[in-house]
Amino acid sequence: MVDVTHGVAVPVAEVGDVELYHPRSWVTKYVFSQDAKVIAIQYSLTALSIGLVALVLSWLMRMQLGFPGLLSFINADRYYQFVTMHGMIMVIYLLTALFLGGFGNYLIPLMLGARDMVFPYVNMLSYWIYLLAVLVLVAGFFVPGGPTGAGWTLYPPQAILANTPGQQWGIILMLVSLMLFIIGFTMGGLNYVVTVLQGRARGMTMMRMPLTVWGIFTATVMALLAFPALFVGSVMMLLDRVLGTSFFMPSIVLMGEQLKYGGGSPILFQHLFWFFGHPEVYIVALPAFGIVSDLISTHARKNIFGYRMMVWAIVAIGALSFVVWAHHMYVSGMNPGFGFFFATTTLIIAIPTAIKVYNWVLTLWRGDIHFTVPMLFALGFIVTFVNGGLTGLFLGNVVVDVPLSRTMFVVAHFHMVMGIAPIMVIFGAIYHWYPKLTGRMLDDTLGKLHFWVTFVGAYAIFFPMHYLGLLGVPRRYYEMGETAFVPPSAHTLNEFITIAALIVGAAQLAFVFNLFWSLRHGRPSGGNPWRATTLEWQTPETPPTHGNWGKELPVVYRWAYDYSVPGAAEDFLPQNQPPMPRTP
Amino acid sequence: MAETTPTHIGAEIARPSGMRGIVADWSSDQRAFKNVSWGKAMMWIFLLSDTFVFSCFLLSYMTVRMSTVVPWPNPSEVFALTIGAEKIPLILIAIMTFVLISSSGTMAMAVNFGYRRDRRKTAALMLATAALGATFVGMQAFEWTKLIGEGVRPWGNPWGAVQFGSSFFMITGFHGTHVTIGVIFLIVMARKVLRGDFDHARRGFFTSRKGSYEIVEITGLYWHFVDLVWVFIFALFYLW
Repeated sequence: MVDVTHGVAVPVAEVGDVELYHPRSWVTKYVFSQDAKVIAIQYSLTALSIGLVALVLSWLMRMQLGFPGLLSFINADRYYQFVTMHGMIMVIYLLTALFLGGFGNYLIPLMLGARDMVFPYVNMLSYWIYLLAVLVLVAGFFVPGGPTGAGWTLYPPQAILANTPGQQWGIILMLVSLMLFIIGFTMGGLNYVVTVLQGRARGMTMMRMPLTVWGIFTATVMALLAFPALFVGSVMMLLDRVLGTSFFMPSIVLMGEQLKYGGGSPILFQHLFWFFGHPEVYIVALPAFGIVSDLISTHARKNIFGYRMMVWAIVAIGALSFVVWAHHMYVSGMNPGFGFFFATTTLIIAIPTAIKVYNWVLTLWRGDIHFTVPMLFALGFIVTFVNGGLTGLFLGNVVVDVPLSRTMFVVAHFHMVMGIAPIMVIFGAIYHWYPKLTGRMLDDTLGKLHFWVTFVGAYAIFFPMHYLGLLGVPRRYYEMGETAFVPPSAHTLNEFITIAALIVGAAQLAFVFNLFWSLRHGRPSGGNPWRATTLEWQTPETPPTHGNWGKELPVVYRWAYDYSVPGAAEDFLPQNQPPMPRTP
Repeated sequence: MAETTPTHIGAEIARPSGMRGIVADWSSDQRAFKNVSWGKAMMWIFLLSDTFVFSCFLLSYMTVRMSTVVPWPNPSEVFALTIGAEKIPLILIAIMTFVLISSSGTMAMAVNFGYRRDRRKTAALMLATAALGATFVGMQAFEWTKLIGEGVRPWGNPWGAVQFGSSFFMITGFHGTHVTIGVIFLIVMARKVLRGDFDHARRGFFTSRKGSYEIVEITGLYWHFVDLVWVFIFALFYLW
């Protein structure tokens, strides 16, 4: 082949002056916008709204567990539907969408000094497909039979058998919604990855990227490789449900009747689901790791300890998380020999994770810690994450997992590690970046109230749950009934947890109020209220306009953590600040 | 991070060697893959993700094939065609595979002529690729019709394990959809090439900078990928 073009295959223009589609009407500016920042806000608001629905569902579940029979409309079917929808919404439609679609869209271009994502149009489609997925999911509440009540893991065969709530329409809508979500996410995810790899500003080497970007980047790569398994699982289960194929369905006799299914492998679905499901934990956790590193460094006025190790730990955790999935399946009946392998890999993940925790703590060590609201949430994250991580070591061992697997201990564990901990970071991040989005600070007093109620409340909810689990209180039970081994005291504890959950939930409403109230009445923040080094705080305007940087793209001269540099005029040096002239 | 952050103007940055050097190169300024455009990078990453989709499909197929206790139908007999009086096993699949692999050849030539900016030849070869792809899909439709006529359904078939029909329709259907999308994309692109969109950077979807025919190559990447996937489907579904 005559190589006439390779020399000019990469025009410099692609990096410098991207031809952005500038919106001309209100609709293209705020609704069908191709600006990553607007898309980010759309993603975040949608995710938070659907998250509030899931929050209310958790109240209803807790009401049933704490005060059985008080709310008479909660029957067993409804309870299972609440459990299922709560889990699915929180994990996928809130956490994944908010971290990657929300924070990813907002922060990646700004932190890297890019004008926008590399494919703004595809990025816009990503949001609208996500919204469609959410609407299809919500539609489950309004169809005959209601949403699916198969549990958020949707294990077949029971997920599609008669007598499972939502078997008529709910399960179909759930699977379609998941497939839509994955398609939409892939469109966004390709954007985030290519932007990080190929769209950075001059001087922004990958080893100068803020850890936030590293976390989101690695999580996105993982999501692009993990979601296909869920997609395939959904397609096959949909075929099982709609066409009557038997991918996951063994021969079943139900109510004395031989069903037409036969020969399928239910465990295959579990493998597919958890090949997605375990990386999913880290898809949620890695952006949280990244963001919390930046919050701690900024609010402790100190460079992050061991930046390079932090990056490697993120990458190592991402890679390892693909070979641990079957630790969710110790009691599934798979070959017991697998248990040894998966327990080993699971425990190995503790090493890079521990490196990260030590590095956060060492960053705080002798730092100039400002107890701002974002910092409080970051500290709350470290505590809850360590807590949840340690119980993860319990459950990673086969012998401990087998007796505990069906108890509240598991509920306590995963809510601590991938519920409370990432949510802490989300809150911290919202308090941290809200000034950039709006030009105003969120109210501090309300924020501190929000933090303390949430933090103490989360412990009040989930710490006793460990104890309940050790007592043997089973999870996913609509009512304890005559379960003889459960002592009556467990019930008192359940009441306590329910009351705590209601209070914590109410505190979130204060947060939502704060979001809207501060939009008008918050203290004006200026461009860089936290005196942070990363590029998003150095934009010419706050909030940044379309294209982010005005005429000139920033040039990066240093890493993201030049805090309290000896001899510098200020206690922080922005990434785009040129080197100091040589002093004689 | 001392090694990459000059504190003063004129300070020399040492180039790291060994492992660190490799990391520094890969993570270097602005872009990780120096001569790769955004579009091409995105297609590669998409294909990586799509690889996982097809891998999951094929692994699931192999799992259910092993998990079912009913014998699997013999592919050599199921996929045989009677031509004249002779029953020839796998003949249709052989032709389909030949057609699809040939289309990769015409696609590669189209990419070559695209970079030479030979509009007519590029478009002609792309249309030839699309025609071969359409032929493939057509023969697949024929195969589906034949099997459905013989009583194969996603939920059952006359010869054995029900998973045979389900896996067959699901996997070939998913692959056929990929080929169809590729054919449509090829036709759209061929029209753009013929019209000279890439020479005068006409505004619109998938039209890049002036004089760049890279989109032909990106289309080609997708096309070769779909071909490659077929090879695996062929080996694992028809030959096993």
